[in-house]
Amino acid sequence: MKKSVFLGALTVAGMVAGSAAAATLDDVKARGTLNCGVSTGLPGFSSADESGHWEGFDVAVCRAVAAAVLGDPEAVEFVPTTGKTRFTALASGEIDLLARNTTWTLSRDVDLKFEFVGVNYYDGQGFLVPKELGVTSAKELDGATVCIQTGTTTELNLADFFRANNISYEPVPIETNTEARQQYIAGACDAYTTDASGLAASRATFEDPTAHVILPEIISKEPLGPLVRHGDNAWGDIARWTLNALIAAEEYGITSTNIDEMLAGTDNPEINRILGTEGNLGEMLGLDADWAVRAIKAGGNYGEIFAKNIGEDTTIGLARGLNAQWKDGGILYSMPFR
Amino acid sequence: MTTMTDPHRESFRLSMLLYDSRYRSMTIQIVALIGFLTLIGWLFNNTAQNLADLGKEPSFRFLGEAAGYDINQMLVEYNNQDTHLRAAFVGVLNTLLVAVLGCLAATIVGVLIGVLRLSNNWIVSRLMTIYVEMFRNVPVLLWIVFTMAVLIETLPAPRDFRGDDPSATMYLWDTVAFTNRGFYIPEPLFTRSLGDIHLFGDAMLRFNLSLDLIAIASTLLAGILISGLFKKRADRVQEATGLRPKTWYWRLGVVFLPTIAVLMILGLNWGHPELKGFNFQGGTYMRNSLIALWLALSLYTAAFIAEIVRGGILAISKGQTEAAAALGLRNRRIMSLVILPQALRVIIPPLISQYLNLTKNSSLAIAVGYMDLTGTLMGITANQTGRELETVLIGMLIYLTISLAISAVMNAYNNRVKLRER
Amino acid sequence: MENTSFVRTEMLPETEPPRSTTGVLGWIRDNLFNGVLNSILTILSLAFIYYLLSMLLPWSISPTWGAKSLNECREILGATGREHGGACWGVINERWSQILYGFYPEELRWRPTLTFFLLFVAMIPILFNMISRRMNWLLLVLVLFGASFAVENSALMVVVKIVLGLSLAYLAYTVVKTDRDDRAEQIKEGAKRLPNPLYFTAIYVFLMPWLLWGGSIWSPVAAALGFLVGWLAFRLLAPIAGNLASLILAVIAAGVWWLLLIGPFTGLMNGLAPIGLIPVESRLFGGMLLSLTIGVVAIAASLPLGIVLALGRKSDLLIVKWLSVGFIEFIRGVPLITLLFVASMLLNIFMPPGTDFDIILRVIIMATLFASAYMAEVVRGGLAALPTGQYEAADALGLDYWKAQRLVIMPQALKISIPGIVSTFIGLFKDTTLVSIIGLLDPIGLSSTIRADLAWNGIVWELYGFIALLFFIFTFLMSRYSMYLERRLRTDHS
Repeated sequence: MKKSVFLGALTVAGMVAGSAAAATLDDVKARGTLNCGVSTGLPGFSSADESGHWEGFDVAVCRAVAAAVLGDPEAVEFVPTTGKTRFTALASGEIDLLARNTTWTLSRDVDLKFEFVGVNYYDGQGFLVPKELGVTSAKELDGATVCIQTGTTTELNLADFFRANNISYEPVPIETNTEARQQYIAGACDAYTTDASGLAASRATFEDPTAHVILPEIISKEPLGPLVRHGDNAWGDIARWTLNALIAAEEYGITSTNIDEMLAGTDNPEINRILGTEGNLGEMLGLDADWAVRAIKAGGNYGEIFAKNIGEDTTIGLARGLNAQWKDGGILYSMPFR
Repeated sequence: MTTMTDPHRESFRLSMLLYDSRYRSMTIQIVALIGFLTLIGWLFNNTAQNLADLGKEPSFRFLGEAAGYDINQMLVEYNNQDTHLRAAFVGVLNTLLVAVLGCLAATIVGVLIGVLRLSNNWIVSRLMTIYVEMFRNVPVLLWIVFTMAVLIETLPAPRDFRGDDPSATMYLWDTVAFTNRGFYIPEPLFTRSLGDIHLFGDAMLRFNLSLDLIAIASTLLAGILISGLFKKRADRVQEATGLRPKTWYWRLGVVFLPTIAVLMILGLNWGHPELKGFNFQGGTYMRNSLIALWLALSLYTAAFIAEIVRGGILAISKGQTEAAAALGLRNRRIMSLVILPQALRVIIPPLISQYLNLTKNSSLAIAVGYMDLTGTLMGITANQTGRELETVLIGMLIYLTISLAISAVMNAYNNRVKLRER
Repeated sequence: MENTSFVRTEMLPETEPPRSTTGVLGWIRDNLFNGVLNSILTILSLAFIYYLLSMLLPWSISPTWGAKSLNECREILGATGREHGGACWGVINERWSQILYGFYPEELRWRPTLTFFLLFVAMIPILFNMISRRMNWLLLVLVLFGASFAVENSALMVVVKIVLGLSLAYLAYTVVKTDRDDRAEQIKEGAKRLPNPLYFTAIYVFLMPWLLWGGSIWSPVAAALGFLVGWLAFRLLAPIAGNLASLILAVIAAGVWWLLLIGPFTGLMNGLAPIGLIPVESRLFGGMLLSLTIGVVAIAASLPLGIVLALGRKSDLLIVKWLSVGFIEFIRGVPLITLLFVASMLLNIFMPPGTDFDIILRVIIMATLFASAYMAEVVRGGLAALPTGQYEAADALGLDYWKAQRLVIMPQALKISIPGIVSTFIGLFKDTTLVSIIGLLDPIGLSSTIRADLAWNGIVWELYGFIALLFFIFTFLMSRYSMYLERRLRTDHS
């Protein structure tokens, strides 16, 4: 049980909240809200409007998990984290789930003691340059000034890339995407490097997006995914299978609009298992049978979430690319619901 | 005959620990010490247990591993294959650089503003008041990001210098370029350079010392010392005869002529920045993050120093000025011989704390991406290695050392100028 | 010998002073052009002012108040055919309330507003003593009456409003009817005095967190009761066990209450009378609300800590002294940002496993420790400024250490320290912006969140300018107040 009473700094009692040790699921249920770490602001992935309502691709994952666990996609407390604070926020138990375009790497998995529950976006680090520079390849960036967002694997990849190609560059480390954009637009750096999705997201907000190109070189693999703390496998499973449910839903054509019809029963046993009309998968997870239905209803299946937040019809305008379903030539592949 | 009796020896009772003033102070101290040790032990115990739960045993081994990231502004050579410790050293030097530059600029601007605020020119004193209030009442972090934004948004990008009809030009006969990446100024080059000496071999602290710089600095220093001898002689003559011999041309000569000669021998010429490729090449380059931080910190601190200077001058009673005037001293002499020496005693202690504040505020470099200690050790290193406890601990200790060193030096100076009360 | 000396025997009529030394011209000559250097400075200053205004004025006068996005601003400006563009004030229009309150729920924003105004009422008895008790209570009722209109209407609220309105009218009537001297006269004749407004200040300490964070009313009541329990224990035990022992026991009693009994008590009372406000999570706090909350709470909490540290530093007890000195010098030697890193990354690690403090509470804790070191130095200054005679007089009266501190030393030393305390508060208040570096949404942190919004991507100056203006207003007023106090407290007549 987690009891958090705030009485102000002067009152000694009530300052200590209960234990956050083992069962994250129980904590979340007792609290009634999911604490979800997101980026402080990256267009398309997570941003808050004037009334403080969060939206975006990463945000949708949080909402789906909240819907699955608590039955309410709005029962999420979003905790804006920076590249610097995100891991400590998760490790300290301040947040239950981190959905903030975080790259799955061995050291984060093993050394920092986190558990990545899957990949919700396959990304890679790229370069954005103004067209007028006439640069067509990242290898032509010898001597260039490159803006990087700090607190990510970006600066290490960049150093490796330039060292491997034996060319020089000048790094400009910047804390937030907003600042980086500002410097890049003003010409304080020749190139801006971060994950290609982020580049596209930023480019979309420029006054004239066509004046900038993303160079063909993708210098790293950046599988971005939500993560939880090591050691609470039950909670990790819930997050993992919620994500899988969203992906599988797209694969089997379950959308937020036709889900109610499908609930009546379909010929496809896998769909039935996902929707909980057959089998007891929800129970195994420690949830009820409708968990996946609620998760899918929260923001639609993976494809719907993608299209709504960052797809080609939005200002971000990202193509599915690697993130298409495996049947459509991408590498998005949900583990079977069985 | 009287007999001396020993005072009645009380047997020790437990309540005396509380009620007897002989023992009470001891009791309180021991209780305080036990409380403190318990607190420390409790914190240590918690930390150890938490870290064990997280599987992160405290270890400083990461300091010896390759950092893997690059730093754009450095006083000593560094590349991404150097260790985290070396990166931290680069960061410390950057912190010191901006602190020293900032203190110098803040003092100059602050004294100027403080004196001008006392000016009898209405408009000037009002302007200075506005300056002081404006800078004092807005958070320094806001000034830093604001200055950075001004540099980025208003100065031309290097690409504006390009083409047949560039929209931006260099200044001072094409030797200085102000861009929104930083300022490029000419650098001194020596055709007959003496070379560098490499100190500390391959160790973490290794750095190169330019022999040219040593030669020039020592010549200049010698010149200043000799010029001091001239002044002493002039003082002696003045005391003996009442007439002060004119020595200023001698003194100027000893200071500058040998230095100029050394520069000629070394073959001084200037390397100008030139637009090549993406950036200007050649010349000395100051990144705009350094400039923004430097400007913002020194302008902000200058507002406080101005108030200190003004307060110091006002604190000297008017009688002092009048007495000096009655002795027949001119205004300038009154200032330099009577007011300033006294005002300095009032000014220096708060000035020390302003220098300390500036140094500590330089840790806000992280907001503009200047790679100081917070940016390297407590920033990227902490982030890449996940060693928050160790890096923050080391960082705090380094800042503490710097602060204590500054106060020690300044306090020593303060003791020298302090009024010897008898 | 003829005396040729001439002595005027009548006064000459006074002549008008020369035109050039009087009136506007004379003032200009005296103050702006009295000498070459001054003339040059004047002209330079005028040129500078002109340059600045010619840049700022056309930029800031811009008809973009109603714009909904940066692009709309650009269209509006383009339509007016302005070359150099202008400010886009739409962002301030749309987001000003966010910069003030962060994400605090809109329908509940009357609570922080009320808290803010009540803060003034609570501070008045501490900071001013030229205002009468009646005026102070009048102000309190006025603020409450104003706030009652912000709460949604219900039968209860109508009653509350009527009660508050009537008492407001009555207090106002007495204030108008009797002036200060009359009132003093009445009191002399035995009329009842109004209670000391400091009671409200004490209540405010518990009221503030409740108003801001909401929740059951019984939690702050229970916390306050802890002090009552301690006091009662002291009063009951003092005749039996002696002062010191009963003091220790009273502290233990209060501790037992806080640590063990508070939970059952609030649970019980919540069952009996579930009164409370809608709880608001700390992470919804943002903007100026966050800065002020951190600043005010940290300063209030650091005052007692600072006094203890200052006394410790001046103490003869060697160990106590060195512990205090070590703490003060350590905190003053490291930048606040490192302490905030500790708050955001390490504080949870220092606590027993499983403890999870709210990030804002963690920041407040570190800010309190930070401020207490500076507060200790301010109080130490106040103690040092006190003439030695005061200490000696207290000793001569036979007062023990704590009595001397409480009755003689502290009241005077704290009074001298008030300007320093206000400056510390100003400094801390400005430094609260540093929390944006650890990802909290103070005004500066919010500015980058707002700029991440697609509609306002690319806005710079308007936001910074607005935030700077907010801070300027707050800190300028506070610094003026501190200067006014310094003048009033100055007792030498130089």
